[in-house]
Amino acid sequence: MKRPGKMMSQVLRSIFKRPATTKYPFVKSGMPEKFRGKLKFYPERCIGCKLCMKDCPSNAINIKKVGEKQFECEIDLGKCIYCAQCVDSCMKKALESTREFELASLDREKLKVTFRGDDKQDPKK
Amino acid sequence: MLAQLFYILIFPGLLFLSVFGLAAEFFDRKLYARLQNRVGPPWFQPLADFIKLVGKEDIIPDDANPNMFKLMPIFALTATATAFFYIPLWGMNAYFHFNGDVIVVLYLLTIPTLTFFLGGWYSRSLYSQIGAVRSLTQLFAYEVPLFMSILATALLADTWSLSEMALFYTVHPWYWVFNLIGLAIALITLLGKLEKVPFDIPEAETEIVAGTFTEYSGRLFGIFKIAIDVEAIVGASLLAAVFLPFGLTLHPALGFLLFIIKVLSIVAVLSVLRTIFARLRIDQMMIFCWKYLAPLAFLQLLISLILKGVLIR
Amino acid sequence: MHKVIIPIGPQHPALKEPESFMVALSGEKITEFGVRLGYNHRGIEKACEERTYIQDVYLTERICGICSHAHSSAFVQAVEEIAGLAVPKRGLYIRTLIGELERVHSHLLWLGVAGHEIGFDTLLMYTWRDREIVMDLMALLTGNRVNYGINTIGGVRRDVSPEQIKEILKGVDALEERTKYYIEIASSETTVIERLSGVGILSHEDALRLGAVGPTGRASGIDRDTRRDDPYAAYGEIEFKVVTDNHNDVYGRTLVRLGELMESYKMIRQILKKMPDGPIAIKAPRKIPPGEAFSRYEAPRGENVHYVKANGTEKPERVKVRAPTLANIQTVAKMLEDRQLADLPIVIAAIDPCFSCTDRLIAVKDLETNKTNTLKWQDLHAYSIEWHREHGVDFSQLNKKLKGMLK
Repeated sequence: MKRPGKMMSQVLRSIFKRPATTKYPFVKSGMPEKFRGKLKFYPERCIGCKLCMKDCPSNAINIKKVGEKQFECEIDLGKCIYCAQCVDSCMKKALESTREFELASLDREKLKVTFRGDDKQDPKK
Repeated sequence: MLAQLFYILIFPGLLFLSVFGLAAEFFDRKLYARLQNRVGPPWFQPLADFIKLVGKEDIIPDDANPNMFKLMPIFALTATATAFFYIPLWGMNAYFHFNGDVIVVLYLLTIPTLTFFLGGWYSRSLYSQIGAVRSLTQLFAYEVPLFMSILATALLADTWSLSEMALFYTVHPWYWVFNLIGLAIALITLLGKLEKVPFDIPEAETEIVAGTFTEYSGRLFGIFKIAIDVEAIVGASLLAAVFLPFGLTLHPALGFLLFIIKVLSIVAVLSVLRTIFARLRIDQMMIFCWKYLAPLAFLQLLISLILKGVLIR
Repeated sequence: MHKVIIPIGPQHPALKEPESFMVALSGEKITEFGVRLGYNHRGIEKACEERTYIQDVYLTERICGICSHAHSSAFVQAVEEIAGLAVPKRGLYIRTLIGELERVHSHLLWLGVAGHEIGFDTLLMYTWRDREIVMDLMALLTGNRVNYGINTIGGVRRDVSPEQIKEILKGVDALEERTKYYIEIASSETTVIERLSGVGILSHEDALRLGAVGPTGRASGIDRDTRRDDPYAAYGEIEFKVVTDNHNDVYGRTLVRLGELMESYKMIRQILKKMPDGPIAIKAPRKIPPGEAFSRYEAPRGENVHYVKANGTEKPERVKVRAPTLANIQTVAKMLEDRQLADLPIVIAAIDPCFSCTDRLIAVKDLETNKTNTLKWQDLHAYSIEWHREHGVDFSQLNKKLKGMLK
């Protein structure tokens, strides 16, 4: 049965409902657990097998030896596609995905993040 | 002389109309957003848009005719602002009135559509030309029902002056009920004049980018946008003055408030109509207007003629 | 009547992705229509040959944003067939579940885009609000809202827990109610019916001749669906109906997609009830033995075909992708004969175009001699350098600038 204006009742009822959009960035809503955001590296668990580097689709991760059984990890957040294949490939569970996703930056250099043994992560100078 | 300048520039001239136009645009956009279950823009959004547009560069295409290109927005704004002087807002007299001013107001409200056509045509871009031609084609569809419904009301009042019509309806309080068909027709055709969905064919974003306004940018586009907002206010006040002429004998401050409520409720009705329909094609619009609206307007005209014979006894 | 040629695209508000259509108009009527593809070519087939199989799973996923799971599943199925892997049942069921949720996501997105093309923005806002339910479910299950990354060679990467199953069922119930409302709107709102009926007519014979697939073909009465004709993953064990329609126009395509949404909800409930216990993946070797395989998958837009050839190393020798939009785009010229300009956006939107999937290199044709030719990678490289040099580009300056940008 054709009738113009069929959406009228729904549309008028929407005035009284809470809006479905939020005023981001003043109001933030988080992501669920196991969201594949920025990576986190545990240097004490790494054994330097470099399987993560082999499996990365975009060559974003780089493991460097800085001492006897001591490794540091440099991740280029611009190249990373957040697929978490390295998390699955690592046999010692040295990599983990966090829920952080607001990673935009104005400078490409600041996107290269290094995870060191003294637990300080800083962008490459 | 000073009084005339005050009327033209401040009240009810350009400043009052611009501010009220921007406020009505905010009201329309916020209501549209809430009907769609969204938050909507903050109150200063139309003003921010205007300031941004004024701050940008005017780009005039090489092929376009620069004089016509620059003149058209100014003509649109001045025509609609001039029409406002003849509409009785509160109290029974408009600022200027003479016998025949309802025709002049309707004529002045047609001028913006002509400026859209000329502005688009002289832009010499393909999209603008198609939009301009569609704008005129749409004019042929909605003009006749709109004129007939307003003139039917004037016929009942036996005068061609808006101020005297207001006087007539104040003397006979309930006669405006006879014009309800005219009100419905006028609301629908006002959507066509203001180029809003379902009749926003000249400016169909997904088909011809922006229609007439494709090549306009910067200050000229800002003036066009203000002209469209003012046209919405003037059209709504014309409808309020012609079809809802009650409460005109109140104290001026209360009368002013009532006027604002009337205009905003007409804008609200237009927003709701904008939300629930899809856009029509130009040939479907012609068929709809000539098959349904024009006979209804004719019916309203007949009712007015018969009632005039019966009541003026 | 004055004739103008108007370009729709490559950049145009009607198109979500760049593609060039040249339309010859006489007043408002369309007299000629030409298509040029290739604006979104990214060399994915070549890039697949330079990466290992496990890296290719993520690369094929990014061929398209909305049918991403379709592409990666088709690729993984081909590789598993060559290697002779028997994927465990639970893995297949989870793959099917994500595939059906992706179909729901894609059809809701299409409804919104169709609403926008006919100027009905309210439908856009409402359907995309409901789409958020599906995206939140996907974020919960797979870890991302688009580009799910749940496939791996030999199965899937993540398991589904009982709490997540409860969330899925709640979400599907809410969506089913909303979809019933949209079916009501589509069948009784006057302006929508006026804009969608009688537009983009494609008769049954024309659809067969031009090779239309997916909902575009099913709305013209072609009863083909890869899920039923050539069952893959868990589709052999689920009961569902294939929705066809006889309207032959855009309205029919809308009804087919709405019908498929309702069928998907029933399928999701069946999958969740029948899901067997067990492992979710089996370990796959890094080197795939030589062989070739051809795998088909019913993406939301139609039949998606992948061909993979392996030669015993870690990297594939050849990967070829044929996306459904490539089959459907040839029908657009036929559908737009003798129509008006105002019908063009909705007709193009009705085949649900995904030009990112479509652009693959087919053949190189020499316009002067009209012969086809194949160019090797090195020849193409040399040709491009020569062309740019002729047009005045200074390569030494360019190299310096590039080195500065990509430190």
